[in-house]
Amino acid sequence: MLLKTLTESFGLSGNEKEVRDIIIAEIKDYCTTIKTDRIGNIIAFKEGKPNSKRIMVTAHMDEVGLMVKDIDSSGLIKFIPVGGIDKRILVSKTVLIGNDKIPGVIGAKPIHLQKRNEWSNALNMSDLYIDIGAKSKEDAEKYVNIGDYVAFDSKYTEFGDNLVKAKALDNRVGCAILIDLIKNIEDISFYGVFTVMEEVGLVGAGPAAYEVDPDISIILEGTLCYDIPKLDSHMIPTYIGGGPAISLVDRTTVYNHKLRDRVVQVAKKNNIPHQFRKTAMGGNDSGRIHTSRDGSLTTTISVPCRNIHSPVSVMSLEDYNNTSKLVKALLYDFDEEGYNEF
Amino acid sequence: MSFNSELLNKIVKVYGPSSNEAKIREFITEEIKDFVDDIRIDALGNLIAHKKGNGKRVMISAHMDQIGMMAIDIDDNGFIRFTNIGGISPVYSYGQKVVFENGTIGAIFCEPVDDLTKVKLDKMYIDIGAFSKEEAEAKVKIGDICIYQSEFVENENVVFTPYLDDRVGCFIAIEALKTIKEPVNDLYFVFSVQEEVGLRGAKTAAFSVDPEIGISLDVTAHGDTPKAKRFAIGLNKGAAIKVKDNSIIVHPYIRETLVKLAKDKGIPYQMEVLEFGGTDSGAIHLNKEGVPSGVISIPTRYVHSTVEMASKNDINNCTKLLIEFLNTEFEI
Amino acid sequence: MSNLELLKLLSNHNGISGFESTLNEIIIPYFEKYADKVTIDKLGNIIALKKGSSSGESPKIMIAAHMDEIGLMVNDIEENGFLRFTSVGGIDPRTILGQEVIVHGKEDLFGVIGAKPPHLQDANEQNKAIKMKDMTIDIGLDCAKVKELVKIGDSITINRSLIELKNNRVAGKALDDRAGVVAMFECLKELSNLNHEADIYFVATVQEEVSMAGAITSTYRINPDIGIAVDVGFGTTPELDKADSLDLGKGPGITLGGNIHPGLRKKLVSTANEYNIPHQMEITVGPTGTDARAIQITREGIPALVLSIPLRYMHTSVELIDVVDIKHTGKLLAFFIKEISNENLEGLLCY
Repeated sequence: MLLKTLTESFGLSGNEKEVRDIIIAEIKDYCTTIKTDRIGNIIAFKEGKPNSKRIMVTAHMDEVGLMVKDIDSSGLIKFIPVGGIDKRILVSKTVLIGNDKIPGVIGAKPIHLQKRNEWSNALNMSDLYIDIGAKSKEDAEKYVNIGDYVAFDSKYTEFGDNLVKAKALDNRVGCAILIDLIKNIEDISFYGVFTVMEEVGLVGAGPAAYEVDPDISIILEGTLCYDIPKLDSHMIPTYIGGGPAISLVDRTTVYNHKLRDRVVQVAKKNNIPHQFRKTAMGGNDSGRIHTSRDGSLTTTISVPCRNIHSPVSVMSLEDYNNTSKLVKALLYDFDEEGYNEF
Repeated sequence: MSFNSELLNKIVKVYGPSSNEAKIREFITEEIKDFVDDIRIDALGNLIAHKKGNGKRVMISAHMDQIGMMAIDIDDNGFIRFTNIGGISPVYSYGQKVVFENGTIGAIFCEPVDDLTKVKLDKMYIDIGAFSKEEAEAKVKIGDICIYQSEFVENENVVFTPYLDDRVGCFIAIEALKTIKEPVNDLYFVFSVQEEVGLRGAKTAAFSVDPEIGISLDVTAHGDTPKAKRFAIGLNKGAAIKVKDNSIIVHPYIRETLVKLAKDKGIPYQMEVLEFGGTDSGAIHLNKEGVPSGVISIPTRYVHSTVEMASKNDINNCTKLLIEFLNTEFEI
Repeated sequence: MSNLELLKLLSNHNGISGFESTLNEIIIPYFEKYADKVTIDKLGNIIALKKGSSSGESPKIMIAAHMDEIGLMVNDIEENGFLRFTSVGGIDPRTILGQEVIVHGKEDLFGVIGAKPPHLQDANEQNKAIKMKDMTIDIGLDCAKVKELVKIGDSITINRSLIELKNNRVAGKALDDRAGVVAMFECLKELSNLNHEADIYFVATVQEEVSMAGAITSTYRINPDIGIAVDVGFGTTPELDKADSLDLGKGPGITLGGNIHPGLRKKLVSTANEYNIPHQMEITVGPTGTDARAIQITREGIPALVLSIPLRYMHTSVELIDVVDIKHTGKLLAFFIKEISNENLEGLLCY
């Protein structure tokens, strides 16, 4: 299954090659043109009916993780985060290092030896290290180099009522939907763009948008979900199972109202469950895309993911399918009704 | 120069929060269309008015968007939760009246809290007097944005009202645009969108206008009220010529030109070194190969509150300085 | 002129972000000695072009080192003639107490940043750092005279002359990133003895310390195939984690991470190894705090590299470097440039 392959492959921000190669292999026979640009974005074009407006659908390829910063004399590996990671989720986990995927563990001090209540303080990133079983610095350097990327070790697992656990659901879920679009949409002209380095500051999207110069963009994302009980509804950004989340506003974009209304209309018309993303926190590639050159319109449609940015992200396959349906319906709808109102 | 209270009174009251500037765009279009050669609207909604001349291509930017509050949730009893669009202060907004685009009026209040000064917006809500979710939803949809209800007050010295930021800048641009009959330079008046959420409109407008010189008009803070944080800007002390803020260090040629004009023409001025904030010129000066850009600021007390206050003399002096600037034969 | 003499000249001259044009008189004649063409763009970047040997279309390489320095700016004048000020760029207020300064008013004016005498302080006062807003500059003139010579918005720099220490080490202000500018000259000199296909644009950029305005706009104009930022990196000192810092005298840091093009970086490292040029590794996962951050996302995206000259005590007025590292940096740049040709460029840039 594609989502399994994508979430289990490596693609930390700045090191997206493995994921990029998988995506290119998947879509190359379905595109009119495809290229990797000068900073690693994939820019694919699928030609359909001629169109006065240029449509772009994007998903970022990169995921959060760690990077090797130093190797100490005993062969233990110090690291820094790549992207936003809660340091508390790292303790007692397994990881894979570098292109050879050397396995390692992030350990912790035995509770027996801790001072009273020591466990009430979170461990700092600087107190943590990865152990690959090396005996010395020299030994470790045979397998690991400073600058190597470290990914969470987490297998794609389906569980419960149509749920999936995996790492990197943010944003391989967007990649999977976009790949599916490129393969299955007929007769609509659009650009499919897979961007690099979203998680470390929306780096890839600006240059990609500058090159494509779109009029309308749909950004596909895995977005945060925190639907725990007893929380006021306005504090819950999205619900698992609530359908694709349509963004209102985030730190980087106030989404165009007309385009947003159109997305809602299309969802209603096609009986696709949907919800609004009810938080202004976070941001995504849209921020760079809609302000590129002389400006353009964007909408972000996301699959809600619990425990985002952790090895155990969770999403609903139903949400995934409904998101995919909504984006397809939207592309056909643009084509049917034209774009003049935008 | 007489002070055109009527226009300022009207322009601060037109609805136009960031991302939903259609109404204010129409208002300004009506106001200026007979005085310019060409008007266009770009993808983000910037209003770009061209007044042809033979000199340098100059972009004049004043943002027409306002800060506001977006509905994100409506509870079973019809209370509306919101997030900020731009710099909404919980303290300034507490107890204020707000109005949605369709005219629905509401009041902002807060869950009971111990310390109101530390309250965050997620503890606050808008009460539109609906008795159920259904009633509320008939008037307000999730994603709708409201603004502070306007009340324009003036006396012989000052005006105070919500949204001088930056409708007073738009006002000055309009007054200048109407006054200048034979432009020395090729003038593009941009009434920009989405300044309050990050100079987004000015960025895209600058890309299409591709100016050789940029000037923007916006409010700045004050340092002349009791125990105010030190800032050498006060009301009724003249137009403020910006040296720096967090978005720009003004190009020396533009800064010196403004100072020289103010001195030569006897226009009172003050120099502004702002340690925070930014405005459209921050985006304009980074456009393409770079654009020498400056800012004329209107000294304003209580920015982002419902009683933003500015001096009529200062406003007139800003207009005069802008007109002189635009009539300059630039040597750069 | 030796690297050291030039560095001294640049370090002792003043030009905070937005006020760099005072450096033109030093930098331009120097560039003109070796470059084919020198221009100043709209925001004040100095751009020197050294043409390559390629007869057809040459690859374009841009090298950026910023010439601006951090500093202070007058933001108020007190009734007794004392000046109040704010910072331009990141300054630790603890580093400026008791400093001599030059206020760049109508004329350059000497002043001091005063401190309260210990005798008048409360018991625990010395445990608290003084905030910049509570400091003043005394230029020894009365208010009327001050207002004649100084206006709000004038720039201020620390009064410091470069000093030579042991082992080729020197300390002074603004070595961030005037050391990078000298490394560009070193590269330019080296190139006059080497055959290179690429056209090289050396840019002394403005306003890196506040907005990277100079790199943003000059990269747009030049639209290079490769952009290289030459800046300074944190030199090893006891209070820094060794893994986060660069040793002095052991060559430039070559940055690894997302801001950097991996193919070019490999080439840079292999060039350094081939020519025995000392170098170190430095990692930054995302956008770096250098002009390369802006270069990478210009237009359709520009492959970028960063070289860092090790420097201790960054953003103080006693920034300390080993001049040998400037030489290594300039040489590495030059040999890397020599290796780039029309033939291999596409392969190097391939993902």
